[in-house]
Amino acid sequence: MVIDAGNTAWMIMATALVLLMTPGLALFYGGMVSAKSVLNMMMLNFGAIGVVAVAWSLWGYSLTFGPTWAGGIFGDPSTYFGLNGVSDAESLGAATGVPFLVMVAFQATFAIITVALVSGAVADRTRFGPWLVFVVLWLTFVYAAVAHAVWGGGFASADGAIADALSTPIDFAGGTVVHINAGAAALALALVLGPRLGFGRVAFKPHNMPFVLMGSALLWFGWFGFNAGSEFAADATAGRAFLNTLIAPAAAMLAWCLVERIRDGKPTSLGAASGIVGGLVAITPAAAAVDTFGALATGVVAGTLCALAVTLKYRWRYDDSLDVVGVHLVGGMVGTLMIGFFAHLDEGTTWAPDGALNGLLYGGDLTQLVSQAVVAFLALAVSFTGTAIIAQLLKVTIGFRVSSEVERNSIDIAEHGEAAYEEA
Amino acid sequence: MKLVTAIIQPHRVDEVRAAVEAVGVKGVTVSEAAGYGRQKGHTEVYRGAEYTVDLVPKTRLEILVDDADAAAVTDAIVSAAQTGKIGDGKVWVVPVDDVARVRTGEHGADAL
Repeated sequence: MVIDAGNTAWMIMATALVLLMTPGLALFYGGMVSAKSVLNMMMLNFGAIGVVAVAWSLWGYSLTFGPTWAGGIFGDPSTYFGLNGVSDAESLGAATGVPFLVMVAFQATFAIITVALVSGAVADRTRFGPWLVFVVLWLTFVYAAVAHAVWGGGFASADGAIADALSTPIDFAGGTVVHINAGAAALALALVLGPRLGFGRVAFKPHNMPFVLMGSALLWFGWFGFNAGSEFAADATAGRAFLNTLIAPAAAMLAWCLVERIRDGKPTSLGAASGIVGGLVAITPAAAAVDTFGALATGVVAGTLCALAVTLKYRWRYDDSLDVVGVHLVGGMVGTLMIGFFAHLDEGTTWAPDGALNGLLYGGDLTQLVSQAVVAFLALAVSFTGTAIIAQLLKVTIGFRVSSEVERNSIDIAEHGEAAYEEA
Repeated sequence: MKLVTAIIQPHRVDEVRAAVEAVGVKGVTVSEAAGYGRQKGHTEVYRGAEYTVDLVPKTRLEILVDDADAAAVTDAIVSAAQTGKIGDGKVWVVPVDDVARVRTGEHGADAL
């Protein structure tokens, strides 16, 4: 393989952008919790960076992208274990001249943000040590399996069973692998850990909205690397993904604020920040597959449905504390399914894997929509079940949740020996 | 001597401070408070969820005065803090046995 300097430079930059999303997420989540649990919240995210980056370099990458193994569920963990002596000819970016290890690092940042996203569902009550154990197990058994299925040559890839039976499902940058996966895991984890003390009675208001807004801005900034980087090249399709990543969240933010204005009387800054993230989530799988109108429509639908979905937790009594289900599961489903309507693969700048078809509004039939739905619900089911098993196992062995005394007083002091805002 | 304590709407603090100063009060202690009276709490909506706010934010003023000034100070507070809406607060007066000024050690009316 001949290394392409331009593409490689862009992928190194994109990797750094995606890594920045996780500290951005820490701010986004940290501002939403109370002043006495903000450090614990941010540490759940930073802890995920530590654990996933290490595990990814040893077995994580190989288990996800190695040659198909274990009946097609995983990649072979021994092939690239430790990542020494790898050949650039086997790089995920071989076709665009990007070296093996750059692609390993790029994919590591996706695994990091995915598991970090889950933590928002269990804010204010999660012990740090068991969370780190959860991260190792979840990366190994859930993330690796879902990512292998979609991107590693598994059943949802261009060579897989869904492509043979219907058409190739489109997940450009991680609507299923990252967002449906994280959202379904968040739902399972919230159910296993149980609600916060006072859930449904007390208003859990954000302690620092400027943190939340800055966090959403950093997420957006990093997301340009996430989506435009998923082209693995600096070309016109990266430009399409880049533009769609700008306009879909903008439309979603406006839609979310409009829903709040009508439903609650006032558009909130939390709604604006959440709308941006909901739009980013929804455009992720579709970033290179839809045209400008498709991106705007995806943003509007995601902003509206996510804003409505975040109230379901009160009706159905699951304490998804920071709305990971409402934003990532719902947004991921919206984006994945909207492709079935808006996929416009002959627009010129768009791109999709071999065997994918145009959506209903661009001359396609129902095939692509059904294919999208199949992969979306499969990812949901696999992630929910796998997460519930891992979480329940940890709950009955080492324990997952702090005592009610710690939850009432301060999880930051009990778990980390610090308070975010010391009086000097 | 008397201690005048007032629980008022936070947004009336400046007006009240000016009003008591105008009737000769030399010092005021102000603190944040939260509570409810006959208005009870109220419901608010945030992110589509309704919840009750049981304790409403208030400001608490404490003023030590001579017996003779208590009525004037009370009236000044009431007229300056009044908006006529529910939740305007209360003012009460209690007798004080002794007051000492820490810096000089003076007692009684001299310490006011």
